[in-house]
Order: sequence, then structure tokens, then C-alpha cells
Amino acid sequence: MLNYLLQRLATIIPTLFFVSVLIFTLQQLLPGDPAIALAGEDRDPNVVAYLRAKFHLDEPLPVRYWYWVSGVLQGDLGESVRIQKPVTELILQKLPVTIQLAAMAMVIALLIGITAGVISAVKKDTWWDYGANVFALWGLSTPNFWLGILLILLFAVQLGWLPASGYVSPFEDLKANLAAMIMPAFVLGNAIAAVLMRHTRSAMLQVLSSDYVRTARAKGLDERVVVLKHALRNALIPVITLGALEFGTLLSGAVLTEQVFTIPGFGKLIVDAVFNRDYLVVQGVVLFTATVYITLNLIADLAYFVVNPRMRH
Amino acid sequence: MAAVVFQELETTPGRKTWKRLLRRGGAMFGLGVVAFFIFIAIFAPWLAPHDPLGTSWSAVRAAPSATYLFGADELGRDVLSRIIWGARASILAGVVSVSISLALGVPIGMAAGYLGRWVDALISRITDAMLACPFLILAIALAAFLGPSLTNAMIAIGISATPIFIRLTRAQVLTAKSEDYVEAARALGNPHLRIALRHIFPNIVAPLIVQATLAIAAAVIAEASLSFLGLGQQPPAPSWGSMLNTARNYVDQAPWIAIWPGVSIFLLVLSFNLLGDGLRDALDPRHK
Repeated sequence: MLNYLLQRLATIIPTLFFVSVLIFTLQQLLPGDPAIALAGEDRDPNVVAYLRAKFHLDEPLPVRYWYWVSGVLQGDLGESVRIQKPVTELILQKLPVTIQLAAMAMVIALLIGITAGVISAVKKDTWWDYGANVFALWGLSTPNFWLGILLILLFAVQLGWLPASGYVSPFEDLKANLAAMIMPAFVLGNAIAAVLMRHTRSAMLQVLSSDYVRTARAKGLDERVVVLKHALRNALIPVITLGALEFGTLLSGAVLTEQVFTIPGFGKLIVDAVFNRDYLVVQGVVLFTATVYITLNLIADLAYFVVNPRMRH
Repeated sequence: MAAVVFQELETTPGRKTWKRLLRRGGAMFGLGVVAFFIFIAIFAPWLAPHDPLGTSWSAVRAAPSATYLFGADELGRDVLSRIIWGARASILAGVVSVSISLALGVPIGMAAGYLGRWVDALISRITDAMLACPFLILAIALAAFLGPSLTNAMIAIGISATPIFIRLTRAQVLTAKSEDYVEAARALGNPHLRIALRHIFPNIVAPLIVQATLAIAAAVIAEASLSFLGLGQQPPAPSWGSMLNTARNYVDQAPWIAIWPGVSIFLLVLSFNLLGDGLRDALDPRHK
């Protein structure tokens, strides 16, 4: 276990190094003087001077990278030129909203995806199976911002059951919070449910044809027990770990979903930053998501290692 | 008997694949819809009933009618004409960005797989780093730093999708490298570049075609997403994503502005996905 952990950590350090180089390089894409570009639309001379000093823009590139990365390692991602707050503070402020959205979306995705995957594997080559596959294709091909607009049209405009937009903190009013979050969470969960359905289906098909399932059936066990207790438990291991890798899709989707439903989360932060030319916020958000993604990947790998004893050899 | 063998020899792998593809209803549907959208994109000037940029105050948010089959938008522009012209942006973005990914990803992936050692280690770590940034977030960041335009959106999507092609090419080259025909080519004293281009490359094309088709689907959604956020095609030029962005504000008064661009994106993406799935089955009969 320790060896494996050290081995994985050894590959993560160079990856994180390249992530930081990649994100630092983004700044170099800006046309003209980076200090003026980074200062946003106002081009306040004080901000320009602050940026020039902060990023050591008169120094050569490797030196600038060194200064930047040392700041990042201490949690200093710079200051937003628009809101004049540290980028780290802004990210941490918006994060809980997106975490709630992502968690609700994941629950919906797991419920729909795993159920559809199990049904489609158990009833292989029947209309149930075809139906589940059509659902997966629908989920993969529907742009989630369009699905969001359609749901607003149906549930907010036509039926008037749910609010079209707006966000209420769960600590203020839990019911209003859930009412505002259920549509975006469904929109976000829909695409991931499709991916999970495909994974569950193939994992279940593999497990259902294995010897121990045949033995369980030969013992005369109820089919429901065979499927849910014997097969699903084992099929879920790869599905859950692969599900962790969908975190990237979840965050990409959150950017669009938060925009459609005007939810003040992480995604809205990056979009607003793009339009305010608040480049340090954009950089900070990308760096933060990449780091979280790498960490989640590591946790998923370790979880797989823990639950699957064969990997230990 | 001899005639049967002769006939069998005459059937090229391409023709066999095409025959297998023909038997798949989903793939054929996909191919038909893709061909339809390419057709309307090419012939847009002749097919569009109105000027896609022409505003008319008397037709603001007009409901679908004989004059405006799909209705009119918030500036009185014909939605159908904008959908037809918008097909250009979507198809162009899909094809151009995937071409960028292929042009960058295949040579880099081949270098990693064929040369191995430190070249492979370096390329693999850079690929890991790029894959750690969620696809759309990386594309948004690149588009933001490059400046909003359709060209920059295509470059951003192309660069963001490159690591997938690097990984795929590398894995395919690693498998092909140990095959007998490559060993034989090496034993005959062929130079490395010739082995890579003449012996390995033709044998890794099939999975690349499948991945490219599926990547076009992802690129079409990505372009629509960037345009929806205002980072792709700039107004007033028509694009399905930006049409949906403005439609959001009028969803209660003029829902038709929101329906058709979404249906178009969905159909085009679904068709590329169906075609990609069909090609995968047709090119690799073991995969079911």
C-alpha cells in the first residue's frame, strides 16, 4: 500500500508542475503588455504598477514563473482587479454553492445511471435495453444549457412549479434552496447518468456471466438476490471509480448550468471573470480545478486499490 | 472455388467496413443527418429564405407562420435562415478543431510511443497535466486569453482536445510496435521515420477515425457552449449557441427562438455520436 501510494505521488508531482507551467503560460497568450492587459478595462495606473511589481514583469520568464509559483504554493493566487479581493478568498466563497450543485447532480446521476444500467444488462437485447441505450445517447448528445432552457420553459413558465432562476442559501430557507437547485442538478446529472449507465451496463454484463453468479443461480437463489447482492456489488467497484473521473464533466457542465439558472457558484465566477477581463481569477479557477481533479483521481485510485485485493499483488 | 477466393481478395478492407456500416441503421441515420447539415451549410445562401442578419421591426418575436416558418427572433430576424447559416459555424468548428487536435496529437503521440524513454515520459506528463484541466474550463480559459472569436474558439477547442489524441496514438503505437511486421521492417534496415509513417501509421488509422468522429460531436457541443457564453461566434453572425444565449431571455414570450437551435445541435451531435459508434463496430468486428 505504502509503495503504491509513493509511486502514485511520484507521478503527481511532475503532473502538478506541468499544470502550473501550462496555466502560467496562459498569461503569455495575452497580446501586448501583460500588466496593462491584466489590469482589466479600467487600466488604472496604480493597478498596472501593482501588477508589474507583483509579477516581476521586468524579469526574464523563468524568474517570473518562480515568483508566481512560490506565491501559488503559499495559497496566493493574486488579487481580483475587479472585486479587489484575493482570488483564493473568492474561490472559497463560491465553492460551497457549486459543491452542493455537484453533489445533488451526482446523486441524481448515480440513481438514474446505475438503475438504467442494471435494467439494461439484466434485460439485454429487449426493449428495456434499447430504451436505456437511447436514454444514454440522448444524455450524451443534449447540450445541457438547452436542456436547462427547456426545463425552465416547462416547469417555471408553463407549470409554474419551480423558480426559473435565483439562488437561496440552504441556511436561509432549505425548501426554497432545494426548489432552486433541483432543475440545475437534474440538468447536470443527466449527462453523467448516461456515462454511468454505459459503465454499469458493461460491468454488469461481465459480472453476470462470471462463475460465481452461475453458482449462485445454481444454488437456486432468487434472481433479485443474485442481481442486487452478488452481481451489482462487484460491478459497482469500477463504476464508482470511473464515476470519480466524471468530476471534470461535472465542473465543465456546472459553468453552463450556473449561467442558465443564474447560480452564483464557481462556474459563474469564471464566466464573469472572463468578461471582466479578470485574468487572475480565470487562472486561479483553472489551477484550482486541476488540483482538485488530480487529488480526486488519486483518491479514486487508492479506493480501487483498497476495495480490490487483487491489485495488491 | 477459385472465383470465390478471387472475389474475396478483390474486396478491400475499406469496402468491407463500408458494407458492415451499411447494415447499421443508427450509423446510417447519423450519416444521413450529417450529410444533410453539410449540404445546408454549403448551400446556405441559396437555401435560406431570408437574410440571416436582416432585422425587421414588424416581425419582432413573430410566431411561426408561412413567412417565418420557425418564427422570428428578438430583432425580427428569421430563425430558420439563422439556423441554416448557423450550421456553417457548427460544422466548421467541429471539423477545424478536430483537425487541429489530429495535426498536433498524432505526431506527438507517435513520437511518444515510438521513441519511448524520456520523450515518452515528458510527453505523458504534459498530457496528464492537460487532461487534469476539465475540457471546457481549459477551452474557456484559452478562449478568454486569446480573445473571443470563432477562430480562437476553434483553436481553444482543438488544443483542449489534443491530449486525447496523443494518448490514443501513443497506446496504438505501443501495440503496433511489437507486431511482427514492424520487427520485419526494422530487420530489413528501414529508417525509423519510414517505419513510423509507412508501417505503423496505416495500422493505427482505424481507431483514430472513430475517435475523430466522436470528437467532432464533442467539439460541436463545445463550440455551442463557448458561443452560448459569448466566447465563440460574435453577434450578429449566426451561431446556434449564441442564438440560445439570447433565447434564454425570451423563453416565456417566444419559446420558438430556443427550440430550433437546440434541436439542431442535438441532432448534429447525436448523428456524429451514432456514426462514431457505428464506425467503431464496423472497423473492429470484435467490439460489440
